[in-house]
Amino acid sequence: MSNMSPNKNPMPEQAPDVRNKNFSEVALGYSPEMAMDEAKRCLNCKNKPCVSGCPVNVRIPEFVALVAEGKFAEAAAVVKSTNNLPAICGRVCPQENQCERQCVRGKKGEPVAIGRLERFVADYVMEHGEQAAEVSAANGHKVAVVGSGPAGLSCAGDLAKRGYAVTVFEALHTPGGVLVYGIPEFRLPKALVRKEIATVENLGVEILTNTVIGKSITLDELLEEEGFEAVFVASGAGLPNFQKIPGENLLGVYSANEFLTRINLMKAYDFPQHATPIKVGRVAAVIGGGNVAMDAARCAKRMGAETVYIVYRRSDAELPARAEEVHHAKEEGILFRLLTNPTQIIGDEQGRVKAMEVVEMELGEPDASGRRRPVKKPGSEYTLDVDTVIIAIGNSPNPLIKATTPGLECQCWGGIVADEETGKTSREAVYAGGDAVTGAATVILAMGAGKKAAAAIHEYIQNKEK
Amino acid sequence: MFPILKKRVLNPTVTYMEILAPRVAKKAQPGQFIMLRIDENGERIPLTIAGYDREEGTVTIIFQKVGYTTYSLDGLEEGDSLLDFVGPLGRASDFDGMRKVAVVGGGLGVAIAYPQAKALHDLGAEVDFIVGFRNKDLIILEEEFSAACSDLTIMTDDGSNGRKGFVTTALQEKLEAGAEYDAVIAIGPLMMMKAVCELTREKKIPTIVSMNSVMVDGTGMCGCCRLTVGGETKFACVDGPDFDGHQVDFDEAMARSRMYFDEEQLSMEKHACQLGGKKQ
Repeated sequence: MSNMSPNKNPMPEQAPDVRNKNFSEVALGYSPEMAMDEAKRCLNCKNKPCVSGCPVNVRIPEFVALVAEGKFAEAAAVVKSTNNLPAICGRVCPQENQCERQCVRGKKGEPVAIGRLERFVADYVMEHGEQAAEVSAANGHKVAVVGSGPAGLSCAGDLAKRGYAVTVFEALHTPGGVLVYGIPEFRLPKALVRKEIATVENLGVEILTNTVIGKSITLDELLEEEGFEAVFVASGAGLPNFQKIPGENLLGVYSANEFLTRINLMKAYDFPQHATPIKVGRVAAVIGGGNVAMDAARCAKRMGAETVYIVYRRSDAELPARAEEVHHAKEEGILFRLLTNPTQIIGDEQGRVKAMEVVEMELGEPDASGRRRPVKKPGSEYTLDVDTVIIAIGNSPNPLIKATTPGLECQCWGGIVADEETGKTSREAVYAGGDAVTGAATVILAMGAGKKAAAAIHEYIQNKEK
Repeated sequence: MFPILKKRVLNPTVTYMEILAPRVAKKAQPGQFIMLRIDENGERIPLTIAGYDREEGTVTIIFQKVGYTTYSLDGLEEGDSLLDFVGPLGRASDFDGMRKVAVVGGGLGVAIAYPQAKALHDLGAEVDFIVGFRNKDLIILEEEFSAACSDLTIMTDDGSNGRKGFVTTALQEKLEAGAEYDAVIAIGPLMMMKAVCELTREKKIPTIVSMNSVMVDGTGMCGCCRLTVGGETKFACVDGPDFDGHQVDFDEAMARSRMYFDEEQLSMEKHACQLGGKKQ
């Protein structure tokens, strides 16, 4: 019997005024009873609209039905047959724009909480053990993957399941890419990321950290000297953009990448037990309105800033961050200065930030992106007293690989040119996907690209053999 | 893990280590750097590559004990290992067209300038190597330096080794004596590099400096190492570390280098007993 409640089972969470002082996970996860109750809201539609909304084609109605029966391990096996990182996706996917957007229950009331159920089954098997995944016998072919973020891990996992010997090259000392340096502990616990990556390693994938492709080894050397038959480039969008306004090099101005990397990857919140320091003053302003801006603002609050502003040049309706992230940030006391843009950062005699001049904006005609273009309101400048400024206006792809790989075609803004369906680039045997191709996007789109590239690389190597 | 194969204490504050890191050794060039992390709780620090042996697969680092991480590093011995060691990072130095060069090193910079002097000397350039120390007891690598140049000048701040004065004094004397350099390479404290640049700017001698900024990842990801060169923001890690010294905003770079001064003190105090214990 279906559960006809129009609402999702609410997600248990830490209270806002408690959690904005700690780095523990905000969302606590469903209990088995809640999960079974939520799963019973699924109508098991024949045409499965939800699956078409999922970039990695998780067999949603099938796994949800198993959850409803209390068969959690079986449900997890169904999810994992197409998704190598379900505990991560269940937490950070924008389900409201994907599977849940297609859910029939969403037409009258809320859709089935597919993301929360995915998280539940993934966490369940992490705690209780799981059935070993099916891996084909080794086929003797070697493939290299550049970058151990979501795109790279997804591609590596799929190829390993098909019997390939896969080596993933990671520039940092810890695998995970944006999952470890970018997304904060309170949204995605790092112990969990480690465990989920271990499940990919258990498929036979080798991850080599501390290796920068383009510096330690070039892409051509991987193909010509190290015996790899194909390479998947998933090096992400790691180059921070700055606003190019006066005062950006003052002390106390961070790129969101630096701010988040110090806190998440290097654990500066635990200084001096962890040796990497960070300075967060009394009043912090975060420039930008995406998920990264919300993460930075919520980190600044947790690091002890009394006042934290989000400064965004468009209005509430245009905020690119997930609604849930904006909601969480507001609950935690982050102040939103919308339709506001910085014009300069002002320093004291030691070169430290003491204020930021901003100008009010209004929305004009739609621009090329279809969003209404913000224009300055003349004479509306004023200053905000701040001592920390975090710039979260986006990242571009890192140019290292482009600069060291002759013949690899790139867009003028740095993205690698790759076929949307296969990841094929202008170079034979070289495939690319994720943020390195699209510019900063989501974890799940990157994983989808990794999956497609794995299929294309498989086809390429099989055809070459014939 | 990256084992320490050789350790030499060069003077009370400067230590030499050879690290087994074959992939780094295979690609290393003068001017490039590595990032290292000692252990799981450690911070990532950049150190210039002071030498490499492609056959043995080793990379030489020379570092001065200035903060928590370098003190901890100095506490390690041959046979111990570093958890992380990545490189070579940054651009290699460009020696094109340099036939007569002054290489100027101050402080720890003398050790970092050494591979540049040696590379130029090996390429057949005429190298005047000017190095400076606070006093006689701190002089390091004198034999190696002599072998890597046509003319070695050692300056000491207190004159305890004969010549008294800063490296800029010696450079100025050489210029006044008519030396014509295609380039000056200056490596050392920001203050010293700034002083060298002021001297060479008047004479319009191209001057290359090596910027040792604070870094987190070292691959262009964080932007922590940014500096202003010719009015534009550059990242020392990927655009450098070598830059045209006449274009660098040294005052800004000096302010940025002091960003974590207080935290560094705190870290040293916090770990004082641990560091003390290791040193014995």
